[in-house]
Parts: sequence; C-alpha cells; structure tokens
Amino acid sequence: MYKVSKNIKVLSFTLMIVGALGLAFSFYSAPKTIEQAKEMVVDSHHDDHSKAENSHSLSAHDHVDEDGHSISHDEHLLHKLQNRPWSALYVAALFFMFLSLGTLAFYAIQRASQAGWSPLLFRVMEGITAYLLPGTLIILVVLILSSMHLNHLFVWMDPDVVAHDKIIQGKSGYLNSPFLIARAVFYIAGWNFYRYISRKYSLAQDSSKDISNHTKNFKWSAGFLAFFIVTESMMSWDWIMSVDPHWFSTLFGWYVFASMFVSGITTIALITIYLKSKGYLEKVNHNHIHDLGKFMFGVSVFWTYLWFSQFMLIWYANIPEEVTYFITRIEDYNLPFFGMIALNFIFPLLLLMNSDYKRVNWFIVTTGIIILIGHYVDVFNMIMPATVGDKWFIGIPELSGIAFFAGLFIYVVFNSISKAPLEPSGDPLLKESEKFVY
Amino acid sequence: MADKILHAVYDDDDKLMHAVKDLRAANFSIDEVYTPFPVHGLDKALGLKPTRLAILSFIYGCIGFSFAIFMMNYIMIVDWPQNIGGKPSFSFIENMPSFVPIMFELTVFFAAHLMVITFYLRSKLWPFKEAENPLPSTTDDKFLIEIKFHGDGKTLKAAVKKTDVLEINIIDNKDSEQ
Repeated sequence: MYKVSKNIKVLSFTLMIVGALGLAFSFYSAPKTIEQAKEMVVDSHHDDHSKAENSHSLSAHDHVDEDGHSISHDEHLLHKLQNRPWSALYVAALFFMFLSLGTLAFYAIQRASQAGWSPLLFRVMEGITAYLLPGTLIILVVLILSSMHLNHLFVWMDPDVVAHDKIIQGKSGYLNSPFLIARAVFYIAGWNFYRYISRKYSLAQDSSKDISNHTKNFKWSAGFLAFFIVTESMMSWDWIMSVDPHWFSTLFGWYVFASMFVSGITTIALITIYLKSKGYLEKVNHNHIHDLGKFMFGVSVFWTYLWFSQFMLIWYANIPEEVTYFITRIEDYNLPFFGMIALNFIFPLLLLMNSDYKRVNWFIVTTGIIILIGHYVDVFNMIMPATVGDKWFIGIPELSGIAFFAGLFIYVVFNSISKAPLEPSGDPLLKESEKFVY
Repeated sequence: MADKILHAVYDDDDKLMHAVKDLRAANFSIDEVYTPFPVHGLDKALGLKPTRLAILSFIYGCIGFSFAIFMMNYIMIVDWPQNIGGKPSFSFIENMPSFVPIMFELTVFFAAHLMVITFYLRSKLWPFKEAENPLPSTTDDKFLIEIKFHGDGKTLKAAVKKTDVLEINIIDNKDSEQ
C-alpha cells in the first residue's frame, strides 16, 4: 500500500494556496470599467498599441462588432481584459481534466483489448482518473457561471450578440445555454459512472476467486469506449470549439482527443516513474516504461498528423470564415502557435525515436514534461484567441491557474492511489504483465 | 582448423532457445542457426551485436526528406513557378504546408527502400542466389544449430545430446579442405 508522503501533501497544498491567491488577485485586478481597461492598455503597450488594435479585425468577436455595432470597441476591450482570469482558470481546468479523461480512455482501451502488458499499471491509471469527478464538476461550474453572464468566454451566450449575428442565430438550436448544460451533465455523468463502476470491479477482482469481475469490466469498458468517442467529440465542440462560434472543423474532436490521450499517457509514465523511484511498484520494469514511451512517441506523431491535416486543408482552401481561425493565431499567437509544434512534435520525435532511450527514465521524464507543457499551450491556443484576443500573456493569472489545478490534481491523484493496493492481485492477466518483455 | 560441422536439429523454437542458452553457457560457440521464422529473443540468446540498420534508416530518411525539399523547390518554385492554392507568392517557405505530404512520403519511401536494399546487400542476397541452408526442412518446421569443430568433438556431442535434440548429423567442412 502506498502512503501519501508529507512532501506530496505540502507540495499540493502550497500549489493550491498559491494558485488560489494568484487567481483571486487576477480577478480582483481585472478592470471593472471601460476607463480602467483603457488605462491598462495604454500603460502596458506604448508603441505597438495602435498598430495592434487596427490590424486585427478578423476574429469572430470583431465580426460581431462590425456587423452589428452592438458593442463598442472599448467595451469589447474591457471584455477581453475581464476574460483573462476566467480564461486562465478555464484553460488550466480543461488541461488537468484532460489528463484524467485521456487516462480514462487509455485505461478503457487496456481493459477492452485485454492487454497483457499493462495490468501492473492499472492502479496508477485508476488513481489518475480519480481526478475526473472534481475536474469535470469544476468545468460544469464554469459553464454554469458563463451561462449566467458572469464572464464573456462564450460570445454566443450574449443575447445582444446573437440578435445581430445571423450565423449564430442559425446555430442557436444547438448553441443555447440550457442545452449546453444538459449535454455537459450527460457527458460528465456517463464518464464518471464508468470510472466508478470500473474501479469497483477492479477492486472486487482482487479478492475474488473467479474472473467474473474482470469479464464485467471488459464489457463495461467496450461500451464506454463507444460512448466516449461520441461524447468526447461533442464535448470538444461544446466546451472548446464554440468559443469561436463562427468557425468549425470536422476533425476537431479527434484533434482534442489526440491531445488529451498523449497527455494522459505521459502522466501515467511520470507518476509510475515517481512511484518506482520511491520504492513502490517493484514488478514494473523498463519494459513497461518502454511501452509507455512508445505510446508517447506514437500519439505525439498522431497529434501532429491531425493538427497538420486540420491546418493544411483550411490553409489551402483559404475560405474566409475558416481561415480567420489560423490568421488570428499566426498573427497574435505566433510564438505559442509554432512553439507548440516544436514542443509537441519535434522534441518527442527526436528524443524518443531511439529504442534504447525509451528505457531510460530521465529521458521519459524530460520528454514527458516537454509534452505536458506543449499540450497546455495547445489548450491555451484553443481558448485564448477567442476570449482574450491579442491581450494574452502567460503571467500571474495563467501560472496561478496551472498551480491551483496542479495542486488539486496531485492531491486527489495521490490520495486515491493510497486507497488501494498498488498491485491488482486478482487480475487474471497479472502474470503476463509481470513476465512481459517488450 | 575446424574440419567438421555438427548439425543439431530441433522441432520446436522453445527447445531451440533452451539448447542455444545451454550450449553457450557451456562455452561452445554457435556459428549459425537456421529457423523457418524469426524466433523472438534468439539474437540476444546468441549474443549477436545489436543491428545498426536503425541508424542507417534514420540517415536514409534524412536523405529522402532533403531530396523532397530539393525536388519540390526545383519543380514548383524555380523551374516553373506555380500558383499554389490561390497564393502566388512563389516562395518555398510560404508554400511549404502543401509540400509536407510529399516530404513525408519521400522520407518513408527512401527509408524503407534503401533499408531493404541495405539488408539484402548485408545478407549477401541477390536474385537467383542458391540457398545455403543445409537442411531444406528448416524452411518448413525444423530448427538447426550449426557448430564447427575439429578433432572427435566428444564433449560437444555429449553437450548437444543433453539438450532436447531431434537428431545430430556430423559432416565434413568442405571450406576447410580447400
């Protein structure tokens, strides 16, 4: 049995407190009136201010301004600045929830495919998916607060905007607050139900004589995967793509899935290596780490493939309503947009290509940290351009958001890992996992 | 030197693996093993050096990647400038996204084909080459260990007999006579 060490407790609580204070400060220091917003902009940008203001009128928000004249330019600026702490919170909440959801999908695949190599890692995966419940509930709260007009993350929730926007009006049958919340509750309930039932059977299998719990887990996992790939895709439209309500991409769901999948696998590898360094998980050896490394490498390439497929089709076709998405990102988010490809593709490709490197722990840890940073930036690039526009920066709100959710994640995950024996002793495939040679 | 060759035949890959490990543990050097299919872990059991084909594959991939860049630049930009996707910039870097599929394909093409050719050269295989395996059934369901020795080889025969062997043949080494 793993016992949560004092260091982990201190670390998680410190991160949570620092993060909460930082977030509170960011909300407090966000501008309340248009005058404050203008002052802040003048203070921070001296020379490039006017240039930046004039050259970017391409995002969905700005179209609304030009077509409808419903909100003035200054009010729009105020909304962008007010959105920043909310967006920072939302991006971090999404990113850490994705670690858990990606791990849950990976876990279900191991169960459904009856994989022989991975049972030794099941308790680590179950620990990570314990964060799913708090993680998804926090997102639900943010969505409810947004639909109560406490922020402007989702422009289509603003009735003034919709009144002057034909495109959003056409989508309002799907994009409306009550339906969005109802769908969110449906996805969250489904995912957490599978997490609950699978964990229950997994623990019951430890002390049982036959493999009936294992078989039930197999059936639920196969069913969950079918449910997951549909709800995951819809979740990505609802929670991420709809911040740019004019824009659409048909493979967006897969793209978000690849991002959460690789981050989830990376988290499994990092936590496994941590536990092993503390003397737990004696039977896990470099063969298992090698396999996780292969998944990290492969899914990183898969993510790049989807990212590029989405980018190239839109870039080549050059249809105005689609291409604005990438023009905003290339013009206003040049460094995070292209930097993310280096972090998520070039680093994993070169660092993990060699077979032997996948067996070296510090290589996996280094690449893992790069991948996690890269996929945080990926989520950042999905949300921020629509909500704060060119007023982005990785400063106190963003770092506090990461700190708060990292603390919560570490606390929940390690607490859950300490609740059950680290070896699923009743699993019928355990022997195969112990003897596994890549 | 080694004027005789011992052929030990096995009918199962597990038996072969055990025999290889036992014989090597008893300090006999195995010259060659013939199997109908690749036996997992046999290279490690035989103590063979790890293949360097992977390094060559990376180099071949880099050659393919560079060739794709050179080729697309020459065809689409230099020799006959093309208007790509309604963006007549005539610059390689601005049209690069449309060349990525070609770069990818040529990287894979070069790596795969040159690697296969290298493998054939390294294994001294070419069309119409005569088969070298001493027992045709090693292409069917038998596994054969080849050990060269000189003298009467009593200790060797005793060691081979201890393994789960199907039959042992001893033949003269024709190469050593010449």
